[in-house]
Amino acid sequence: MNKQVELKGKRIIASKHVKLGQKNRKGQTYTDINDIFYKAEQTPNFLTGSEVIKEAIRRASVGTSVAYPITPQSEAAALIGELYAEDYLDEYFRGESEFAVMGQCAGSSFGGHRVFTTTAGPGTLRAMENFPMWAGSRLPIQVCVTCRGINSPLSIQPDTLEMHYLLETGMLVWHAETAQDLYDFILKGFIVAEQPDVHVPIAVCCDGFFVTHTKDTVNLSPEDLCLTPYNPYESPVTCMDMEIAPYRMMRDPFVMKSNYINYSTHASWQQEIKAAVERSRKHTIVLLNGLIDEENSDREILIVTSGTAVSQSREAIRLLEEEGIKVGLVKIKTIRPFPYEEIKRATKHAKHIFVPEFNVAGWMAREIKSTIRDNERVYCGPHVAGGMTMPSEVIVEEVKTHLGIKTAQNSR
Amino acid sequence: MSKEKIQICEDLADIMPPEYHRLVESATFGDQDRGWKDIGSSTELIEQHSLCAGCPESIAFRYILASLPAPEDTVFVGSTGCTSLVFPHVAVHNIHSLFGNQNAIASGLKRTLKSRFPDVEKDVVVLAGDGATVDIGLDMTMQSWFRQEKFTTICFDNELYANTGGQESGLMQKGFVAKMAPKGKNFEKVRLPEIAREAGCAYVALLTVSKPNRVEQVIKNAILVAREVGPTFVQLYTPCILEIGKQSMEGLDEMKESESIGGRFVQKEYISDEAQKLLDSIKIETKERKKAAKEAAKKPVNA
Repeated sequence: MNKQVELKGKRIIASKHVKLGQKNRKGQTYTDINDIFYKAEQTPNFLTGSEVIKEAIRRASVGTSVAYPITPQSEAAALIGELYAEDYLDEYFRGESEFAVMGQCAGSSFGGHRVFTTTAGPGTLRAMENFPMWAGSRLPIQVCVTCRGINSPLSIQPDTLEMHYLLETGMLVWHAETAQDLYDFILKGFIVAEQPDVHVPIAVCCDGFFVTHTKDTVNLSPEDLCLTPYNPYESPVTCMDMEIAPYRMMRDPFVMKSNYINYSTHASWQQEIKAAVERSRKHTIVLLNGLIDEENSDREILIVTSGTAVSQSREAIRLLEEEGIKVGLVKIKTIRPFPYEEIKRATKHAKHIFVPEFNVAGWMAREIKSTIRDNERVYCGPHVAGGMTMPSEVIVEEVKTHLGIKTAQNSR
Repeated sequence: MSKEKIQICEDLADIMPPEYHRLVESATFGDQDRGWKDIGSSTELIEQHSLCAGCPESIAFRYILASLPAPEDTVFVGSTGCTSLVFPHVAVHNIHSLFGNQNAIASGLKRTLKSRFPDVEKDVVVLAGDGATVDIGLDMTMQSWFRQEKFTTICFDNELYANTGGQESGLMQKGFVAKMAPKGKNFEKVRLPEIAREAGCAYVALLTVSKPNRVEQVIKNAILVAREVGPTFVQLYTPCILEIGKQSMEGLDEMKESESIGGRFVQKEYISDEAQKLLDSIKIETKERKKAAKEAAKKPVNA
């Protein structure tokens, strides 16, 4: 576990049950994921994050998508409906609540479809019971989580607290910084999650509004290339379509027994889910070019974070550099699996580690603190919450104050 | 799934369990006239169970499995409760995921199977208790009916939460004293068959499992109507003898009593016009097929 993976010449292999080069009913050509991203020409487009989700799903050979309105994912969910109307998807409908939607997604996945859905904030929490069920049932469903506040009084604003709740569900959890990340992560996420030795659900998270509702230039792969479809028979568990000989699972159902066999069965299955998430590393590293990105991580002052906090930090680093303060950056792309070794290595020389976050809890800082040596180096902050933006100046101020450098603000 | 798919590779035959051999040798797959009378001779779908001795739910399971028109292409969706103790013993694909979401699972499953197998009729059958169907899952039960999802919902109505120890449920009779209803339940038994009819079910039936031929007919009707017309609902009284203070051998009497005149489970059916038309045509078809088969059997072999 956590061994460094040599990238050179490594290719991830997606399901090959459909011949590459064949065309689907929309005239799109089934194409190897590596070729889609690294061989085909990428064209810049100026799009909102919601439109980017649509464009990714257009190329993803999705079977079923189930929708439910909740800000800020409603637009993306409706745009996928347009794709369905254009016959890009086999099935699409509106469910009655996020709890039901995630059940409908599970039913479709049990039946052998590639499944995509979106949710946000309170919807994520209402759906929560389903996520460990998805993982335990080895359903490689993808849910795009456009993070928003979950607190009361009601808030629809960006806030990444809900991601914390996803961490121990057994799902892969990736965090997109930009609309470009979102596009890449959605398409690559299917391929990683569906690998037979992984085969667990994936949450591709992004910060609501900041990513979903702003326009950005995104390089898109050609519209006429699409992923090879999901093969339900390359799965560690049976596809529930009665096309495989039925069997009696057991003589004595485990659920009601209080004995060692029961405990050890459940314990080993939970360990297997955890292991499956870890096994996704080798595929993810190849496709995402590592679980983290580093810029000048050999510096004494580092900012380590994920999501749009990375973009804000990049600007803060530029401002600090103007004043002669040199700061490095580590961007975390996958929260599950967590890049323990990568972060340990990247923070080896750091004396001060700042973790800016868009939530009140500071869960990312806790994750990092529990990972590295001498964790008093970690400064948990700055935090904003409830939908506040995080101006780069706030990060600059916090860095300087912590380092004992006088500013107009902290000397008042 | 065709019967060829379940054949055993000769080299591995000796390590396959006996019930799998029976599945291959004597499965009623593909037999149009399979029914409750096969229970004694065909044990490939269910043999043992882990319910209480004398539990009417266990016999209901046998009747239902024997009545499926096409077990080789049927997928069950269950829920949490006593039924989830039986499903591991059943040799038909079955899904247990959470408590109360069974009709949501079935909605996604049925649509996906329809799109993946456009030329094969894959039956989806939900089988859940009254807590799952009416209390925690009522939203999803009804929404699937509103959406006209084409699958059958069967509710094992034992009028309480049996698996957790006999708590009050929405289908419990008014006045019944139970756990969580220490002064007696203070509202009426939910009228689920009427709710099902109004919510858009094309075929609804309420009955006990005291008479296997009736159960067989109702299950067949429900599944065949769900294929062609729309959602169907069957509510079966399977009393929890343990929690209502009866003995193992008293289940049948309890059911017979409840279905006699004035009882809570006098058999009733609500059938839409379209469903009735379909059932009539199936009846005629079956009659003609059986008649033809009889005549064919009469003819001397070398005529």
